[in-house]
Amino acid sequence: MMGKRQARPSSLPPNAGQFFPAPATTTAANTAIAAHNVSLAFQQTAILHRLYFTVEQGEFFLIIGPNGSGKTSLIKLLAGLLTPTKGSIEVLGQSPTGRRRRQFARQVAVLPQQLPAEFPFPVATTVLMGRAPHLRPWELEGRADRQLARQAMAFTDIEHLASRRLDQLSGGERQRVFIAQALCRQPRLLLLDEPTAALDPAHQIMILDLLTRLCREQGITVVMVSHDLNLAAMYGDRLLMLARGHLAGLGPPATVLERGRLEETYQCPLMVDENPLGQVPRVCPIPEKYRL
Amino acid sequence: MTTPTFPSLLKTLPLVLLGGVLALAGAVFLGLSGGSSGLNPEALWRLLADPESADPVTAAIIWQIRLPRVILAAAAGAALALGGLVFQALLRNPLAEPYILGLSGGAAVGAILGMMVGLANFPGITLLAFVGGMVTLALVLAIAGGRRGTGKDTLLLGGVMMNAFCGSLIMLLLAVSQDDQLRSIMFWLMGDLSRAEPGQLPILLLLLPMMLLIMLLARPLNLLLMGREAAATLGVSVGTVSLTLLMATSFMVGVIVSQAGLIGFVGLVVPHIFRLLAGPDHRVLIPACLLGGAAYLVVCDLLARSLPTGGELPVGIVTALIGAPVFIFLLWKTK
Repeated sequence: MMGKRQARPSSLPPNAGQFFPAPATTTAANTAIAAHNVSLAFQQTAILHRLYFTVEQGEFFLIIGPNGSGKTSLIKLLAGLLTPTKGSIEVLGQSPTGRRRRQFARQVAVLPQQLPAEFPFPVATTVLMGRAPHLRPWELEGRADRQLARQAMAFTDIEHLASRRLDQLSGGERQRVFIAQALCRQPRLLLLDEPTAALDPAHQIMILDLLTRLCREQGITVVMVSHDLNLAAMYGDRLLMLARGHLAGLGPPATVLERGRLEETYQCPLMVDENPLGQVPRVCPIPEKYRL
Repeated sequence: MTTPTFPSLLKTLPLVLLGGVLALAGAVFLGLSGGSSGLNPEALWRLLADPESADPVTAAIIWQIRLPRVILAAAAGAALALGGLVFQALLRNPLAEPYILGLSGGAAVGAILGMMVGLANFPGITLLAFVGGMVTLALVLAIAGGRRGTGKDTLLLGGVMMNAFCGSLIMLLLAVSQDDQLRSIMFWLMGDLSRAEPGQLPILLLLLPMMLLIMLLARPLNLLLMGREAAATLGVSVGTVSLTLLMATSFMVGVIVSQAGLIGFVGLVVPHIFRLLAGPDHRVLIPACLLGGAAYLVVCDLLARSLPTGGELPVGIVTALIGAPVFIFLLWKTK
């Protein structure tokens, strides 16, 4: 059963050590994100209500919550794609909607939920475009940029797809292409909207293990939206749970993933016990036929 | 495991530039040697080889009449092809083009107004053409859903409607214009390069800074193909870049329409040919479309001059005869 492709995840990342530059000797506190009383509304519809939270540098921070609870909107606020109706956000000491977009983009990489399905460039070039914020308008990508793109492609196991085009790839392969593009930027902060939604289990843990190592060894901050509560419990340092735009929980997995709170948020009967793999909760929805 | 390779710009760009320059040189040579008496490359060759002993009448015809015309055709072809390329990337619609979007029609309304009022060719008529084009483009984009949704079909429909509206405005203006103006306006309207004169050259030089500006925005154009949000997260100031590109393109089209009238479909045919030949990278496509568009319109103009035995066709009719079937083919292919 174990083909050649499946063998790679365990051996990754081969050289994450040299991939990211040493963390800049940052100024004051080591806060990556500070959200202060953030609200968002479209016309009359409120999307997010008065959120307060901070994310430390080097933290693996997960955003969870039911459909339509505002997770994607929150990521877009942090990425500067939306402007808060009220309150303020600071990301790596800058305002995400500030005027210096290229400088912001050098430090903050974003993986949107909706990835472009049509893009006329081959995969290798698509990944290499992650270097764009580091280049001046007339500057060509150099040897170093291509080397970084190659490494990023090795990290996400897409080297064999290099010359294909996006519309010839599966959803999971496309997702890995854009994760590689984000890594190729050598960001200090990664904002990922369901990066593993289309991946098989082997590639899911391959990407999440890689992200964990980037947090631990390189001090990169990862903020990620996920629907998989068990993966969130196993990988997240802290979780932020949203329910209809309100903060429904913030803290380590063991405190947030508590049965009463989860059932109220997700409006569905759940079984919560301890994961035999470690000291984290395990969550399983209860199908109708198993209910008492 | 093979290491991935990256398509290198340094390999494709010189090739495309060389091909483009050769094509343009060939087209210009043909354009200079073709006249109402058919192709006569020998006379041009003799003139170039030995300017001293050449027949002064032939020399005057080539340098005073044909050369300005070839230059105007080349400038119009380059600007219109680049305009099409920019619109197709910016609106992510393979069928977008200055003429189809109504931009050229709006510029024509502005230019005719200027002619009827009796403004000078420059700056009066040129500026009015620019304003007319911008207003029409703004209306088409508003019809198609403003900055957010540029759905393929609504955009084209908006362009068709604005074209029809501009067309009837033009007819209205023609109906109230004086008889002596009528024929020259009509001919200009169909895309007329026959009135080219050396005095237009300084006006055409205004195109150069716009082309340079667009060339500097080649990378953002590539990134915009991923979508506005994805481009924004890669550091592109999407609003500023889009506005700059729209303004620069409208200005170029305004200049060309005021000098050469309505010439359609160049911006559709040329970029599609080069996408097939040279790939999707705008850093290659922009110079390719500039050179190739120039060569294309010079050849179209030569056809317009030589097809009928007596008199000549407006070049806009030649480009439409070639371009309209290409448009229909592309529409059918993208369904």
